[in-house]
Amino acid sequence: MAEFFTPTTEQEFAENFAQLKPVMNRTEALYESSRCLFCFDAPCIKACPSGIDIPQFIRQINSGNDTGAARTIYEANYFGNACGKVCPTEVLCEGACVYNLQEVKPIEIGRLQSFATTKVIKSGEKLFGPGVDNGKKVAVIGAGPAGISAACELRSLGYEVDVFEAKAQPSGLTVYGVAPYKITNEETLAEMAYLQAQFGYNTHFNSLIKSREELAELENKYDAIFLGIGLGKTNELGLPGEDKINCTGAVEFISELRQHHHEVAVGRKVIVLGGGNTAMDAASESSRLGAETVILAYRRAKEEMGAYDFEYDLAKGVGVKGLFNVAPIEITGNGYVTGVKFIRTETKDGRVQEIAGSEFVETCDMVIKATGQAKQAEFLSLIPGLKLDGKGRIIANAHTGQTANPKYFASGDAWNGGAEVVNAAAEAKLTARGIHAYLS
Amino acid sequence: MPDLSINFAGIKSPNPFWLASAPPTNSGYQVMKAFDAGWGGAVWKTLGVPVVNVSSRYGGVNYRDKRLIGFNNIELISDRPLADNLREIEEVKKRFPNHAVIASLMVQTRQEWHDIVRQSQDAGADGFELNFGCPHGMCERGMGSAVGQEPKVLQMIVEWVMEVATKPVIVKLTPNISDITEPAMAARRGGANAISLINTIQSIVGVDLDQFAPYPIVDGKGSNGGYCGPAVKPIALNMVKNCAQHPDINLPISGIGGIENWRDAVEHILLGASSVQVCTAAMHFGFGIIREMTSGLEQYMVEKGFNTIYDMVGKALPNVLHWEDLNMKYKVTANINEDKCIGCQLCYTACEDGAHQAIKLNAGTRVPEIIEENCVGCNLCSLVCPVEQCITMERTDDGTQHLTWKERTEAGDVPTEFNDEKAGGRHHWVPEPSAALGKERHKTLPGKARVINGETEVPTEA
Repeated sequence: MAEFFTPTTEQEFAENFAQLKPVMNRTEALYESSRCLFCFDAPCIKACPSGIDIPQFIRQINSGNDTGAARTIYEANYFGNACGKVCPTEVLCEGACVYNLQEVKPIEIGRLQSFATTKVIKSGEKLFGPGVDNGKKVAVIGAGPAGISAACELRSLGYEVDVFEAKAQPSGLTVYGVAPYKITNEETLAEMAYLQAQFGYNTHFNSLIKSREELAELENKYDAIFLGIGLGKTNELGLPGEDKINCTGAVEFISELRQHHHEVAVGRKVIVLGGGNTAMDAASESSRLGAETVILAYRRAKEEMGAYDFEYDLAKGVGVKGLFNVAPIEITGNGYVTGVKFIRTETKDGRVQEIAGSEFVETCDMVIKATGQAKQAEFLSLIPGLKLDGKGRIIANAHTGQTANPKYFASGDAWNGGAEVVNAAAEAKLTARGIHAYLS
Repeated sequence: MPDLSINFAGIKSPNPFWLASAPPTNSGYQVMKAFDAGWGGAVWKTLGVPVVNVSSRYGGVNYRDKRLIGFNNIELISDRPLADNLREIEEVKKRFPNHAVIASLMVQTRQEWHDIVRQSQDAGADGFELNFGCPHGMCERGMGSAVGQEPKVLQMIVEWVMEVATKPVIVKLTPNISDITEPAMAARRGGANAISLINTIQSIVGVDLDQFAPYPIVDGKGSNGGYCGPAVKPIALNMVKNCAQHPDINLPISGIGGIENWRDAVEHILLGASSVQVCTAAMHFGFGIIREMTSGLEQYMVEKGFNTIYDMVGKALPNVLHWEDLNMKYKVTANINEDKCIGCQLCYTACEDGAHQAIKLNAGTRVPEIIEENCVGCNLCSLVCPVEQCITMERTDDGTQHLTWKERTEAGDVPTEFNDEKAGGRHHWVPEPSAALGKERHKTLPGKARVINGETEVPTEA
């Protein structure tokens, strides 16, 4: 018996993917904000990669100044609403809340943050605007958390900004990659529309930049180019049978899910390969789409998974079963996936070793590979002088985001290798300042 | 089981908890319901010439998410005909003969006082409370606090009442006066049998920021009202103490002001009250709070070995001294229990900005450290600490010495000049003023967005 019935309508989808952090009402926000101790040199601020002045905005909510709270949040992080919902707050601000040390529930900082920002987004209240036009232009490649954050900051500094995005919508993984129970498409896009209305950057969707000629044109036309391109497709595993129908990458699966909701089909028995947070998401989502059995297969032990504990708990909570110390060696099937052939493993001296003769086949009718995203090496090779590190990440100055090609600046996953929305938002703000310093 | 019953200046009650004269005692229905719930007595909503009230009558003071830590009203005395009230008093007394029903009264002329006292006695009231306290509406007509603020007038009216009263008379005092003992003594001179205090404090509980008008708002306008609720308890306790300690008053005291639970009641009793009256808490939570109050009081009395209320009345009074009689050799120092500390550092910033810079922060830990030589033992850190028993004030003197300000003054050992060597703070260390500048800018000022400092690992130029 599956945990969830397969959703067939938008309403059923919304029920199966009910928001983990629903937006608070005013009373709830009053009660929760009242609990904040207003710590000196608050640990929550230090735990926030974007350094939001959390006690300040909570105090503002508590005194009825929700607009001021939203301003405090947005001054530090342009993805303030999204971050309130999608941040792993359990290991960031809320994890640092001193209440944890008293075994008291930490302040629900994320939900308070979404409360204040949702209010201004809904009202459309004008809090920010572009700076005085300085006559300079910056091209932003990628409309994800990094690109949009950079665009906002650059506009506030007086730059004309054109954002080029390969996909049809802004916000990157916030609308194409985050699990649907963390944030809805409507919420994500509402914040994007709010930011664009406030700052007035130009967006060009369905505009994939893919050739040296296109880059050369940008280099001629713009004073600087910001790379917020994120990561690419799911890594290939190089296994026999990987091309079988119903063997898909987690990134691609989740992107489809975010865009097409209940219209996305899932197998009756799904095997998710991987042990990171994306694997947990893909497994949870399969279950919520009505899969009868969802198995999370990881090549190391449970304790060694990269996923946060609360993400694994979330998956377990919707019936996902763990299968540990197994490495996939073949996707079996005849056109369609029928199973995964695994070999058992053990970890010796920190290294995974296969146990000879321990092969077995776990049947399934769908395989989701959550084994990391590839870097966009091919595109990056089109930029003259750009340097990458051994892992394919762009090398840039830690404080300015400037790459080895002085006209190019970078932030977000393409730079940090893959982190949270909040990291990209924080980095991009800093990098925009770096661009400003370079062009001033 | 301890005996909770009282005989308050001749008014008998099964327990010391009375409802104060206010909206909860507006009708026989409410008083019967309260007695049924366990209240020992009720002071009826003030009788007099029936009034006409405005709509929108109460205002509240909230603190964060806590509602009505303070409360005020612009309601007047009973707006019901006297005959209706008296008939219901009679009915309540028939059903509850052993409970205390006290008629609160407020009229103007001697004749009116005589008439209303007689009629209330005939209805079966166990006693009277003369309302000389109402600080709004009635005082403008020469009644309520207008009387309570004029000891001579107060005394005269008490004398009028005593001419006909055959039941005990309590005088309810207004706190809207600089020395509460003056009207209390006037009440005694007039022959009153007891006093009750405090009535409400003249107040504006808040201003509507959009309408620019005080709460409660009546058609865009407002007026000063009478303040009560938990916030007024400290003021009430001090006034109860003043009356209880004054040798010339020597009357039973019914304590009123901020009583919501058994603890509040015990505090009033320890400072000299022998009955307590409650209004706001009953208006906020209903009559059911009486169960917690009686059970808490009983439990306390059992634990302390008190058999009757009178074993504890005024028990704290010998310990309430004038400041000049306190022992200046007593010394406490703050102590932080590191195992309990959660690192909020509220004690640090409170001491740093609000006291004596006697707490410091050390690198590598969020647990602050007390600088003992700077600590003056003010208690502030222990008051702001959100963890129970985390910061304690420990006695550091050896307990053998005793010296008061009075004794020092008598011995000529006090500072008398502006730059006197004997100044108490003379040898306390304080930082240089300029050391404050920029000291904690990165921790306390807005715009704290921090440079990416290792939170995100990014490849950088070598």
